[in-house]
Amino acid sequence: MSAIVLDEVDPKKRRILIAASAGVGAIAAASVAIPLAVSMKPSARALAAGAAVQVPLGTIEPGQMLTVEFRGAPHWILRRTPEMSAQLAKNDGLLSDPDCKSSKQPSYVKGAGRSIKEEWFVAKGVCTHLGCSPTLRKEIGAADLGADWPGGFFCPCHQSKFDLAGRVFKGMPAPLNLAIPSYTFVTDTLLMIGEDPKGA
Amino acid sequence: MASIPQTPAKPQLGGLAGKALGWVDDRFPLSKLYNEHLGEYYAPKNFNFWYYFGSLALLILVMQIVTGIFLTMNYKPDAKFAFASVEYIMRDVSWGWLIRYMHSTGASMFFLVVYLHMMRGLMYGSYRKPRELLWIFGCMIYLALMAEAFFGYLLPWGQMSYWGAQVIINLFGAIPLVGEDLAIWIRGDYNIGDATLNRFFAFHVIAIPMVLLGLVAAHLVALHEVGSNNPDGIDIKKNKDPVNGTPLDGIPFHPYYTVKDLVGVVVFLGAFTSIVFFAPEMGGYFLEGPNFVPADPLVTPAHIAPVWYFTPFYAMLRAVPSMLGSQFPGVAVMGGATLILFTLPWLDRGKVRSVRYRGPIYKGFLTAFVVSFLILGYLGVVPTTVWGQLPKGVPMLGGVDTATLVSRMLTIVYFSFFILMPWYTKIDKEKPEPTRVNY
Repeated sequence: MSAIVLDEVDPKKRRILIAASAGVGAIAAASVAIPLAVSMKPSARALAAGAAVQVPLGTIEPGQMLTVEFRGAPHWILRRTPEMSAQLAKNDGLLSDPDCKSSKQPSYVKGAGRSIKEEWFVAKGVCTHLGCSPTLRKEIGAADLGADWPGGFFCPCHQSKFDLAGRVFKGMPAPLNLAIPSYTFVTDTLLMIGEDPKGA
Repeated sequence: MASIPQTPAKPQLGGLAGKALGWVDDRFPLSKLYNEHLGEYYAPKNFNFWYYFGSLALLILVMQIVTGIFLTMNYKPDAKFAFASVEYIMRDVSWGWLIRYMHSTGASMFFLVVYLHMMRGLMYGSYRKPRELLWIFGCMIYLALMAEAFFGYLLPWGQMSYWGAQVIINLFGAIPLVGEDLAIWIRGDYNIGDATLNRFFAFHVIAIPMVLLGLVAAHLVALHEVGSNNPDGIDIKKNKDPVNGTPLDGIPFHPYYTVKDLVGVVVFLGAFTSIVFFAPEMGGYFLEGPNFVPADPLVTPAHIAPVWYFTPFYAMLRAVPSMLGSQFPGVAVMGGATLILFTLPWLDRGKVRSVRYRGPIYKGFLTAFVVSFLILGYLGVVPTTVWGQLPKGVPMLGGVDTATLVSRMLTIVYFSFFILMPWYTKIDKEKPEPTRVNY
């Protein structure tokens, strides 16, 4: 018969054992939480659905805008008239970031027009404030937007205003210019959104 | 004073029923629970109109759960079928329209009743020691309720469902550094879609209701531990009957307050059914017009406003301009406006609890707070251009939307009520509290 009958408790040892088993339990619980949390990320199907889209340009008249869906968000293809393009440079003083220093846009998108070709303005039609889709208000001096309205985009949610290159005006709830997606001209009349030009 | 028996004779069960009760009591504390929470729970006898809203909130919670269960029997949480399944409930399911209108009206009435319940707590100092945890559980219930309402609002998959959710999810997107990934994680896609709808359904029907029920239980346990406050804000446990030890100013919850609350229930149900039967959309405030159009990710409705119960906070969000290329400040102000409620028990340094014995400064601040909350609620419903712009000649502010400017000032008033509270409650001239309640 062994003689381990000393009814003594080692509190230090007991604390270590409690802490160790609680710690292991916490690690186990956290490990189970990871797959649960990660399951909420976009699924493989959702990722695949985010592939590039092709847009034929043949039918768009000057001054007309086409909205296409890419990754579930509206994307605009606006064919700017020469007058629209000419107005852009005059807006600089009214804009909060005319040179697009903090905008989200690819490096090959240049100038006040923020485009590869001046005539074709391509942008993600999602307000940088809280994600509503602004509407095209190309009429200069529209009654509800003021006599000095130079034409542009107006967000109905929180009244942010952008010019026809998607640049935000000063003092708007939207902090940034509208984002420009990566896009490329496959041919002169075929646009591809979601892909960079070759060599860019 | 009317004489109210302090300890009504307990019904004694005889015969078989008494034996059955005894059998249960030996195995489960049925009589004990009944006595602790109803039969011998002593509530102050001076409860007024404002004390209906707690039990009414409980009633609505039950109603929402029951109607919700029956709605899920016909609703389909699938982006392709959701909108049509709600129409199906409205048109083809027997009594489906009633169940849905009870649920949608219940949501608005829940917030109305909870706001009045919170107002009661503010006025009579029900958040003060020893009821801090009671108040905190209440604030958590309010947050859970907002989450529940938000998740539920996406389910009909109408235009306002979709774009309202877009705005709210992007609030999380505004958080610096992790925001964008967080928003994608919440949506489960690059945009709000089927994945989002499906998970919001799970949150709305399982996750949040369970949290809500747990919090309500904690709220009630905390209440029954410390006892109810009352319109005089004095402690009824200080004056006890020398014979049986019950509070002299207390009456047992059952039958006195169960019967009184039933009167409140009748009045409430009168108003509730009037809305359900005659104005379920409430002029676009309970069910918004654009939500009768199916969700379209490519077209934003002309004017987006959340449902009325969110609009005070929404007005604050809109009022704060973006700073340093980020809209996070507005989001922080909006979040702060709800979270600051939690700190209330530690901000108040007044000696009395109830507004009845507070001084003029506190009353002024409370009035300003309530008025600013109401006006912000109005401004959150309308476009920021509603009051036009300030004339160009005004220095600094020329051309600014008047409503935006007013929202900014009222946001400051809202926060001053809390931030300045340690100061103004201390210097205020309070009146002496009575030792016994007035009724």
